[in-house]
Amino acid sequence: MSHAEDHDGTRRDFLYYATAGAGAVATGAAVWPLINQMNPSADVQALSSILVDISSIEVGTQITVKWRGKPVFVRRRSTEEIEDARSVDLSALSDTMSRNVNKEGTDASDQNRSLDEAGEWLVMMGVCTHLGCVPLNDAGDYVGPTGIGGWFCPCHGSHYDTSGRIRKGPAPENLPVPTAAFFDETTIQLG
Amino acid sequence: MAGIPHDHYEPKTGAEKWVNSRLGIIGLIYDTMMIPTPKNLNWMWIWGIILAFCLGLQIVTGIILVMHYTPHVDLAFASIEHIMRNVNGGHFLRYLHMNGASLFFLAVYLHIFRGLYYGSYKAPREITWIIGMLIYLLMMGTAFMGYVLPWGQMSFWGATVITGLFGAIPVIGEPIQTWLLGGPAVDNATLNRFFSLHYLLPFIIAGLTIVHIWAFHTTGNNNPTGVDVRRENKEVAKKDTLPFWPYFVIKDFFALALILVVFFAVTAWMPNYLGHPDNYIEANPLVTPAHIVPEWYFLPFYAILRAFTADVWIVMFADWITFGIVDAKFFGVIAMFGAIIVLALVPWLDTSRVRSGRFRPMFRWWFAIFVVNFVVLTWVGAMPAEGIYPYIALAGATYWFAYFLVILPLLGIIEKPEELPETIEADFNAHYGKSKDDAAATPAE
Repeated sequence: MSHAEDHDGTRRDFLYYATAGAGAVATGAAVWPLINQMNPSADVQALSSILVDISSIEVGTQITVKWRGKPVFVRRRSTEEIEDARSVDLSALSDTMSRNVNKEGTDASDQNRSLDEAGEWLVMMGVCTHLGCVPLNDAGDYVGPTGIGGWFCPCHGSHYDTSGRIRKGPAPENLPVPTAAFFDETTIQLG
Repeated sequence: MAGIPHDHYEPKTGAEKWVNSRLGIIGLIYDTMMIPTPKNLNWMWIWGIILAFCLGLQIVTGIILVMHYTPHVDLAFASIEHIMRNVNGGHFLRYLHMNGASLFFLAVYLHIFRGLYYGSYKAPREITWIIGMLIYLLMMGTAFMGYVLPWGQMSFWGATVITGLFGAIPVIGEPIQTWLLGGPAVDNATLNRFFSLHYLLPFIIAGLTIVHIWAFHTTGNNNPTGVDVRRENKEVAKKDTLPFWPYFVIKDFFALALILVVFFAVTAWMPNYLGHPDNYIEANPLVTPAHIVPEWYFLPFYAILRAFTADVWIVMFADWITFGIVDAKFFGVIAMFGAIIVLALVPWLDTSRVRSGRFRPMFRWWFAIFVVNFVVLTWVGAMPAEGIYPYIALAGATYWFAYFLVILPLLGIIEKPEELPETIEADFNAHYGKSKDDAAATPAE
């Protein structure tokens, strides 16, 4: 019987650990799909790429298009706005990165943020980097070196200049520039 | 800690004996209803029943609203209008549900402040307090997700701002935010999961409510003196207590009736007073309302969230010491959740051994300022983040943390409490004269 008891003990131990181990693995395997189902579904994830017709945008105005559920500003800037954006001293900026996925790691000069060299076209996400509201154009009390303001977020008072760079308020970063390029002369491709 | 001694259930009839020997449910209900309750409880002890009523009201009206609501971004807003215009009595059921949430939070704040003043969180009632805080957190989550369902402008932008809080966490924030939303922005996936959870959480709250009641039935109720019920034997305990049924049930229901008169007047004649007109505009991802404000019951914490901007020295210091990981945005999020965490930890932050604020001369003043500060934070949270308001919010947020982290720990050491009454009976008799056996029928005041 003494041998039988030892034998019983090891077999019981084995069953205990085997069951506990299998239980832990099975629980993990069962929980992961329950968590993962909340991640973006295939249709949401399908990276959409859209074409934006810019032929009807007047100088000094902008359009807002919806891309991947978020607004994108496409602005055709006036010469005053370009001058204002390009005369800013970079050391005065609180975020010194361009935040432009087309030009990763560059500094926040306006040339690195505008779509074309001349700076007429500015394409950026219309999503405040603070908590995600849509900034308003031509509002708020910040003005740049030449006396023109850019965007103002009504939620918590973040101010962006004519290049979409954060100048005042709680937002930590410049408005990000999404993947964008000229498809042809009057069309911009997003994504 | 043993319970307060009292008479337990004895089955008398044959039917009772038959049930009781198979399932002890009658005895459970009897002992719960007949729990000895300190007889000096004042009117601040009614809020528990009000809260239980609110939970029932929200669950019943909620289940009915779901019968007519459609959780889809294209149909949700229209289905709310369908409830308002077409469903029989639908507008009133919805208004009850909307204003019921406000009554729920009003009652929970009064209930929490009652506990804070009379030291109900102190040993041995820490678990009751912690369960209560969990219920409060779940209430906030439920209310927030419920507010998204009508798919109005405030629904959409409130959801965007609040889920954006998670995006403020360094490194893991954005994956978490995407996971919560089910996509890059608030959309149909978000609406559907919020609907699912908004339906689920009230039942978890109901379960926790039972645990909450179980916990204070184990320790016994606190009371305005904070003095323990004597529990040597049944006779002594009876001098300090009365059974919950019928004495306190009738008192609580009387209070409930008065409160419901006001509640129904508000629901009938000014149902949208506490709401925002913007939420009667359908959600539009391309336009932010000029001024995003959460529901009134979130405003104090919203004020704390917005108080810590990048030009506050403690934010700059945190930014510097963490090499920029804790920026102003993340600091605000930490402050907001921290404000609730310090509230939950108050049983261990308050060093005074005297429970009731009634006998703490210095505490009373600091507590009064705390209450005023809470009201000020509520007010400033509704104001735009410009001009003087951010400074008021910063001062209020600072006092909130100072109260829990500095004032309460220090007061226990430097304050000399006033003399406590010997017993609850002595306190009761001092207010209302001797008990009815040896005193006039009218209370001597």
